[in-house]
Amino acid sequence: MKTSKWLYLFLLPGTLLYLVFFVYPTLSGLYYSVTNWDGISPDYSFVGLEHYRTMLTGDLLFSKALGNNLRFMLVVVLAQSALALVFAMLLVKNTKTNILLRALYFFPTIIASISVAFIWSFMYDPTLGLVNAALKSVGLSSWALNWIGDVHIAIYSIAFVQVWAHTGQVMIIFIAGLQAIPEDLYEVARIEGAGRWQTFRRVTFPLLAPSATIVVAYTTIQSFKAFDLIFAMTGGGPVNSTEILSTYIYHTAFQNYKFGYASAESVVFMLIIALVTILQFRLLRGRTA
Amino acid sequence: MLHGIVRKLVLSAFAVVILAPILLIVVTAFKESNEFYANPVGLPRNFTWINFRSMFRDQSMGLYFGNSVFVTLLTVFFILFFASMIAYAIMRFGGRKGTLLYGLFSAGMMVPVQVNMIPLYSLVSKLKMTNSLTGLVVVSVSVYLPVAVFILSGFMKSLSKELFEAGSIDGAGEWRMYTRIALPTSMPSVAATAIFLFVMIWNDLLYPLLFITEKTKRTMPLALLQFQGEYVTNFPAIFAGVVIASAPMVLAYLLLQRYFVAGITAGSVKG
Repeated sequence: MKTSKWLYLFLLPGTLLYLVFFVYPTLSGLYYSVTNWDGISPDYSFVGLEHYRTMLTGDLLFSKALGNNLRFMLVVVLAQSALALVFAMLLVKNTKTNILLRALYFFPTIIASISVAFIWSFMYDPTLGLVNAALKSVGLSSWALNWIGDVHIAIYSIAFVQVWAHTGQVMIIFIAGLQAIPEDLYEVARIEGAGRWQTFRRVTFPLLAPSATIVVAYTTIQSFKAFDLIFAMTGGGPVNSTEILSTYIYHTAFQNYKFGYASAESVVFMLIIALVTILQFRLLRGRTA
Repeated sequence: MLHGIVRKLVLSAFAVVILAPILLIVVTAFKESNEFYANPVGLPRNFTWINFRSMFRDQSMGLYFGNSVFVTLLTVFFILFFASMIAYAIMRFGGRKGTLLYGLFSAGMMVPVQVNMIPLYSLVSKLKMTNSLTGLVVVSVSVYLPVAVFILSGFMKSLSKELFEAGSIDGAGEWRMYTRIALPTSMPSVAATAIFLFVMIWNDLLYPLLFITEKTKRTMPLALLQFQGEYVTNFPAIFAGVVIASAPMVLAYLLLQRYFVAGITAGSVKG
């Protein structure tokens, strides 16, 4: 097909911006990661793979942040996918009430995560918050905890907020998947005398696998990249108990001015995300094939 | 029968879990600070606008709101404009060149923000574009462009190629075909992309946090973050800010709910 030279002009503005403000910084991050640049001074030197060695062998905070990342991710992925599936199944029919409830569950998705962070900092406040007030009013005073001030539970309290904010969003993906399953299959299952559980196991679950993989993949990446919530609710504290890689990178660069080291951390962070993504795509292909 | 009751209980319980915190902060925004400490979770006895007034008077919330509107509108406009042109060119080129371009932009979606934020920060500082709303627009357009290209070219690929070939034989220029045929037929996906971008950019915290330090250039999410330090636990004041910052998206959501759900789902699944 012959195309006009004018088409190159169509590419020009967007591609130019993309190359200068996205591709170039991404690539120069790789270069900074082998230097000891502090972000300000004009001279810095090449340090080879030293940052990578330090990070993987001697940086306890890095491994702690990675551990927190995995803990946060695991809780969010399991809880959010399970809840979203349950609500998708309960709301799959397009009745008026169901559509209204879907819209309500989806609602937190449109609120800025900084606002969500404030809402839940208040909810969790040990003396003023609704969570402890509610627990006390039903006689569970001993359950009233310092939700985001306690090093043992803070990360899980924030994981709950992430689930609160995004369950409705992934529920929609499950609903689309459920609605795509042909009605006849359920008809057949009924004629064959399959019970509710059997129908779920034999019909719904296998046919839902593609949507489930999308949900799990999306939730994994989304929870791995979480930044705003933790940054605004705890700033990584108390005692680094909620520090995850994204906040740790930010702190390394903009509080400790170790730009070189922070760049090396970002490179590792990107490799982990790429690895997770590739693994999941493998899994997706394996399941749908 | 039992199943029906359990279903209703589960659904209502989750509705309460979602709604209670939201209603609580709206109510709190209308409480005076004294009353709030005496009665943190109940309804306000003296309904007051004082927190909202102080947001606009003591905090120049109007200015921050304007900054956010400026950044969001310009960014969304330019992303849609540039991305739809790129998607059009990808569709028209087709073949190896089209695939290559498509790959170049899709790859950008894999890169997490944290990876390029440090070099981006130094680049923007070198270009003296920090503390400039226009600078923030330029950066936001560049980093959110890949998602938009991805969604739009996914849609434009499905348009009939013959239509454009016939058009070009008839002597219609590319610009004419882009504005008269490609754009109008792609409107549904342009609208979905627009909604997704509006929500993302209006709520964005990280890029303003990186590039804006001057008080008068703050966007809403950044202003909210700074209030946290200034007001510490004056929750009523902070929540008045949250209500103001969320109002435009909430209003739009109430009016265009179906499109929001579709647009955000498309954007997030693909991005």
